[in-house]
Amino acid sequence: MLKYTLKRFVMMIATILIIATLTFVLMHSIPGSPFNEERTTNEAIQENLERFYKLDQPLPVQYAYYLKSIVTFDFGPSIKKPNESVNELLARGFPISFELGMTTILVAVISGILLGTFAALRHNGVIDYAAMTFAVFGISIPNFVLATLLIQKLAVDWNILPPATWSSPLHMILPVAALATGPMAIIARLTRSSMLEVLTQDYIKMARAKGLSPFRIIARHALRNALMPVVTIMGTMLAGILTGTFVIEKIFAIPGMGKYFVESINNRDYPVIMGTTVFYSSFLVFMLFLVDIVYGFLDPRIKLHKKEGEA
Amino acid sequence: MTNLREAALPQQTIPDEWFQKKNKDLEKAEEVVRPSLSYWKDAWRRLQKNKLAMTGLIFLALLALFAIFAPILSPYSVTQVDYPNQNQPPSASHWFGTDDAGRDVFTRTWYGARISLFVGLMAALIDFFIGIIYGGFSGYKGGRTDSFMMRIIEVLYGLPHLLVVILLMVVMGASLTTIIVALTVTGWVGMARIVRGQVLQIKNYEFVTASKSFGASTPRIIRKNLLPNTMGPIIVQMTLTVPSAIFAEAFLSFLGLGISAPYASWGVMASDALPVILSGDWWRLFFPAFFISVTMFAFNVLGDGLQDALDPKLRG
Repeated sequence: MLKYTLKRFVMMIATILIIATLTFVLMHSIPGSPFNEERTTNEAIQENLERFYKLDQPLPVQYAYYLKSIVTFDFGPSIKKPNESVNELLARGFPISFELGMTTILVAVISGILLGTFAALRHNGVIDYAAMTFAVFGISIPNFVLATLLIQKLAVDWNILPPATWSSPLHMILPVAALATGPMAIIARLTRSSMLEVLTQDYIKMARAKGLSPFRIIARHALRNALMPVVTIMGTMLAGILTGTFVIEKIFAIPGMGKYFVESINNRDYPVIMGTTVFYSSFLVFMLFLVDIVYGFLDPRIKLHKKEGEA
Repeated sequence: MTNLREAALPQQTIPDEWFQKKNKDLEKAEEVVRPSLSYWKDAWRRLQKNKLAMTGLIFLALLALFAIFAPILSPYSVTQVDYPNQNQPPSASHWFGTDDAGRDVFTRTWYGARISLFVGLMAALIDFFIGIIYGGFSGYKGGRTDSFMMRIIEVLYGLPHLLVVILLMVVMGASLTTIIVALTVTGWVGMARIVRGQVLQIKNYEFVTASKSFGASTPRIIRKNLLPNTMGPIIVQMTLTVPSAIFAEAFLSFLGLGISAPYASWGVMASDALPVILSGDWWRLFFPAFFISVTMFAFNVLGDGLQDALDPKLRG
């Protein structure tokens, strides 16, 4: 287990380093400096600016500063909004995006597992077909399309829910619904197929023969094994949801990370783009690492291995 | 002893005429009753039974036809601006209405179909070639080469794909080529993993050993023995790459990284229509959004159908 965790950890650091280097190389391969714009700046001012952002140093030195900024988690000031640092933007935007992302994951996982389990228990029944039809639609309709549909119908036409912003739990319903439907559909399909496979296993028959209640059989015996594939895709799914928040935040005018990220892309504000990308990727890679570790704990085969090793 | 048995079982003879001689036709026994189906014919037969997948396939064929011919046959051009007729609802002259510059949404929708299908198919095709070369080599070589190449894949797999794509788009500037390059830079990894897994499994089968013992060269074995037998999962993966590429293109358009203004992709059209949905101009959002969804739906059900049809374990 320790060896496994260590191996994963090294892999994580390598991935983050690659992302950081890739970001650096890409940003510096753009010709010209960020200050060469249509408005002609005084040469002395330009030099001062470049010195301030350390753009006058040779590239390896800049790269070293850049790596240091990542390790110390201090991404420096924004170029387009000089009185704000990237850290401030992250501190303001990320908690909101995180809240949106985590609520979405929670909703998607719980409803997806429930839907998939019920579909498997009523295999080829009405619930099964309804759930799977819903799942295919959920996978096919892009979240931004769903978001606009929801705003149009629920907020504008029927006036049930607020159409935008992020100020109360009521405001959260539409963006979370728009973002969670796709992942929920994927989880429901996965749960259903692995549940169907698990339910034919001998140990389930054994549990039935012991006279356990159907609820106990499902909750205690079947789900744990049926959920392994779901845990496997959690990491990539999380990445999808967190990047998905960019677009959803834009549609619902939510002041999260997405807003600043899109702004920084449109303004070509390189420190912000670099800071956000590295921060977000590191966060995602770290989550992926956690998922892997959790998987190691959950998978009975890995545990079995350990016991054999100890004996 | 013998006497005892004879006493217990009274002698009974079965008269010869009770037997009927059955004519054994040796030539008939060797005859093949059903025509033998090749793998592909069988897969096609099973796919045809899957109504949902066939609906998807037919829809996609129609979509391709419309994407090719509709912009040519339409009396309007994609970029033709007509301000007096801006924001017209669907009518006899503009089937899908017009947008805020008076451009015909019907023409633009089919032009957008070209873009989306082109992006999706190119991404799938390039993924296919890189994935086959990388995954095929890694799986066939095995051993240290394989585990080294797989380490690289594992690290790349951990990258958040859309973020890398966004980064590349920012640097290279938004264009169709950029979108395809950015999507394939991150996309080939999944394909390489699948190819490698398949090759690893198949290369130990007897027919590959037989080929080797006849002195077949490595490229020949990869081309003739390994690839044809890995095609099933590869095709499924390609079918599923297309909708995710179409989704990514639309997603990038929403972030302002799509192809630029007078031309249209579904994502750009939907993104442009977003501010006006509150004013009731539903058609500008509806048509691109509808076609994105239905196309992704069609590719997804076709992919699911192919997965079942190409799985040799389910061969019946």
